[in-house]
Amino acid sequence: MNDAPSPAPTAKTTQPLLRVTALRKQFGPAEILKGIDLSVASGDRIAILGASGSGKSTLLRCLNFMEKPSSGRVELGGSVVGTERTSRDGSVRTDYSERELTRVRQRVGMVFQQFNLFPHMTALGNVTEGLLTVKGLARDLAATQARAQLARVGLADKADEYPARLSGGQKQRVAIARALAMEPELLLFDEPTSALDPELVGEVLRVIRALAEEGRTMLLVTHEVGFAYHVASRVLFIADGVIHEQGTPDEVLKHPRQARTQAFLARHNEFNF
Amino acid sequence: MYQWDFAPVLANSGVLATGLANTLKLTATALTFGIPLGLGLALLRLARLRLLSLPASFVVEFFRTTPPLVQLFWFFFALPILIRVEMTPYVAAAITFSIQSSAFFAEVFRAGIVSIDRGQSEAARALGMTGAQAMRRVILPQAVKRMIPAFMERSIELMKTTTLVATVSYADLLFQANELAQKTFRPLEVFTVTALIYFVVIYAASLVVHRVERRLAISGETTVH
Amino acid sequence: MNHRWNFDAVWAHPEALLAGAAGTLRIFAICLVLGLSLGLLVGLGRYSRRPWIYLPASTFVEFFRNTPVLVQILWFYFALPMLLPFEISPLTAAALGISLNSAAFSGEIFRGGIQSLERGQWEGAQALGMTQGQAMRRIILPQAIKRMLPALTNRAIEIFKMSTLASAVAYVELLQQGKLIASLNFNPIEAYTVIALLFFAFLYPLVQATYVLERRLRQGD
Repeated sequence: MNDAPSPAPTAKTTQPLLRVTALRKQFGPAEILKGIDLSVASGDRIAILGASGSGKSTLLRCLNFMEKPSSGRVELGGSVVGTERTSRDGSVRTDYSERELTRVRQRVGMVFQQFNLFPHMTALGNVTEGLLTVKGLARDLAATQARAQLARVGLADKADEYPARLSGGQKQRVAIARALAMEPELLLFDEPTSALDPELVGEVLRVIRALAEEGRTMLLVTHEVGFAYHVASRVLFIADGVIHEQGTPDEVLKHPRQARTQAFLARHNEFNF
Repeated sequence: MYQWDFAPVLANSGVLATGLANTLKLTATALTFGIPLGLGLALLRLARLRLLSLPASFVVEFFRTTPPLVQLFWFFFALPILIRVEMTPYVAAAITFSIQSSAFFAEVFRAGIVSIDRGQSEAARALGMTGAQAMRRVILPQAVKRMIPAFMERSIELMKTTTLVATVSYADLLFQANELAQKTFRPLEVFTVTALIYFVVIYAASLVVHRVERRLAISGETTVH
Repeated sequence: MNHRWNFDAVWAHPEALLAGAAGTLRIFAICLVLGLSLGLLVGLGRYSRRPWIYLPASTFVEFFRNTPVLVQILWFYFALPMLLPFEISPLTAAALGISLNSAAFSGEIFRGGIQSLERGQWEGAQALGMTQGQAMRRIILPQAIKRMLPALTNRAIEIFKMSTLASAVAYVELLQQGKLIASLNFNPIEAYTVIALLFFAFLYPLVQATYVLERRLRQGD
C-alpha cells in the first residue's frame, strides 16, 4: 500500500535550502562522518536511517551546529555558515562564531530524543521561552503564538501543566510545539520516538506526519521504517560515516540495491509496512 | 618595597616541623577515639529504645551545631575545674576533637547504614541472624565501603579544625608559627610558609580522597556523603 | 561534681553579651554576602572555557578550601599589613579570611549545582538559539539554585559558626565576650556554658529548618 504524500510543489527558490559539502566530523582520534554531501530543497522530507554508531545523529547535530564540523561546508539559504579560511597548503578551515550559530539555530529547529523540556516552566512557558528570550517578542504576542502551536499538536488544554505531569508522548509534542514556535525553515528530528513507550509513539508520529503533509522541510533520524516509508520524500541510509544509499522510499526501502542496506532492513522488518 | 627574607623561617624550620608533628599527632588521636565513638553514637541513634536514641541524638546535634572553638574553650577552661582534674592543652584538645569529630562521624555512619537496602537485613534475619549479627556480618561491611570517601573528607576537615588549638597554647603548627612570627618579626614569611605547608599536606590528602572515590566509582560502588 | 553553679555574674551585665551578639551578627552578615556573591562568580568562572578565567578561579578554590580558615585569618591580620602602608583591623582580617574561605566552598557548590543539570537542558536552550548567557540565566541557574539550596544553607550555618574564630584576633563577638566575662569573674564554667547554649539555641532551630527545607525540595522532584 502506498499512500505517501504527493511530492512537494516546485521549490520556491531554485537553490537548495540546505547544502552540505564534504562534511567530516572527528571526535578525538575517531572520524565519525567521513564526507557527507547532501542537498535539501524546500519541502523535502528526508528520513535518515542507519545502525547505531553510523553517524546519523552526529550528522543531524552538525546541521544546527550542536557539533561543529571538523571540515566541510554547510550552506543555509544559499550562504555559507561560518568564515572559511584557506591556509597556505590549500586546506580550508572554517571558523564559527557563537553569534552566527545562535542565529542559525533560530532558523533550524531541533526535536530531541529525550525531549529536553525545561522542567521549571509550564508547557506554555516552554513554548514561549524561545519567542521571549531569543526573538524578543512581547509577552502577549508570544503567548498567543504559543497557544496556537500547542493547539496544533493537540495540547491546548495542557498549556498550564508542568512537564512532570505530562506523559512522554505529550512531552515530545510540547517539544515539537516549542521548536515550531520559532518558525524555523528546517526541522531536525533526532529519533523523536525512540525514548517513548510503544503506545505513545503514535501520537507523536501523527503530529510529524501532519507537519510533513503541510510541506515542512524536515530531516528525520528514525528507526520507524514504516513511518519513514509513508512520510518521507527521500531516504538516506548511512553506514560508516557516509551516505551508503539514497533515493525515494520505494527505491531504498522496498528495493535496496546495496547489501548493507538490505541487511539493515532485514533486521528492522518485524512490523509490516 | 617590602624586602622578603625567608632566612629566619628556614633557620627555625625545626620549630615548624615540631608543630606539624603535633598537628598530625592530635589529628590521629582524635581520629582514633572519634571513629569508634562515632560508630557507638550512630548505633545508639538507630536504636529503637528512646532512652538510648534520644541522648545520643542530643549529643550529636549539640556537637554538630555549636562552634568548635566554643567547645574547645569549654573543655579547656571549664571542664578541668568542673571535674577537678588538671589537663594539659593536649589532653583538653584531644577530648574536644574526639567528641566533636565523633558527632560528625556518627552522621556518616548513620547515613551509610541507612543507605543499605532493607532487603539485606531482611535476608540476614530470615537466615536466623540476630539484629546484632546482621549488623556486624552483613550491614556494616557493606556500609563501611560506601562511607570511605566521606570518612576521608571528614578526617581532612578534622585536620583543619585542629588549628583552633593554637588559641589555647597547644604547640601545633599554627601556634608554632605565631610564636615564630613574633620572635623573628617576620610574620609575612612565617605565615605564608605555614599556609603553604598546610596547603601541601591537605591538598595531597584530598587528592588521595579523589583517587579513592574514583576507584570506588569505577568498581560500581555508590558512596554516601 | 561539687561545683556550685552561679550564673549571676554572667547575666549581671547583659550589654556585654548583647555587644557580642551584635558583633557576631555583623561579621556573619558581611561574610555571608561577600562569600556567596564571590562564590557565584568563582563558580561560574570555573565553568568558563577561557583559561585566563578558570585557571585563577580553580587556583583560588583549591587554595582557600585546602588551608584552615584560622590560618587565613591570622595571615590577613599579621602578614598582610607588612605589605601595606596601613594596619588591618580585626574585623577586616577576620572578614577577609572567612569570606574568601566561604567563597571557595560556595564556588564549588555553585559549580556542582550547574554541572548537575543534564546536558539536555543546555542543548534544549542552545537549539532554540539562546546564547550561553541566556541559557545560563533562564534555564540553568533557576534549576540549579533549587538543587543548591540545602548545601548553601549549610554553608551559611558554617559561616555563622566561623564567626567565633574572629575572637582569635580580639574582634568583639559572642565568644570574645565570653572570654572577657570569664577572665573578669573567674567563672569560665558558667561563662562558656552560657555561650555554648546561646549558640545552640540560635542555630539548632535553623539547622532543623534546613532539614525541613531539604525534605520539601526533594519531594518536589
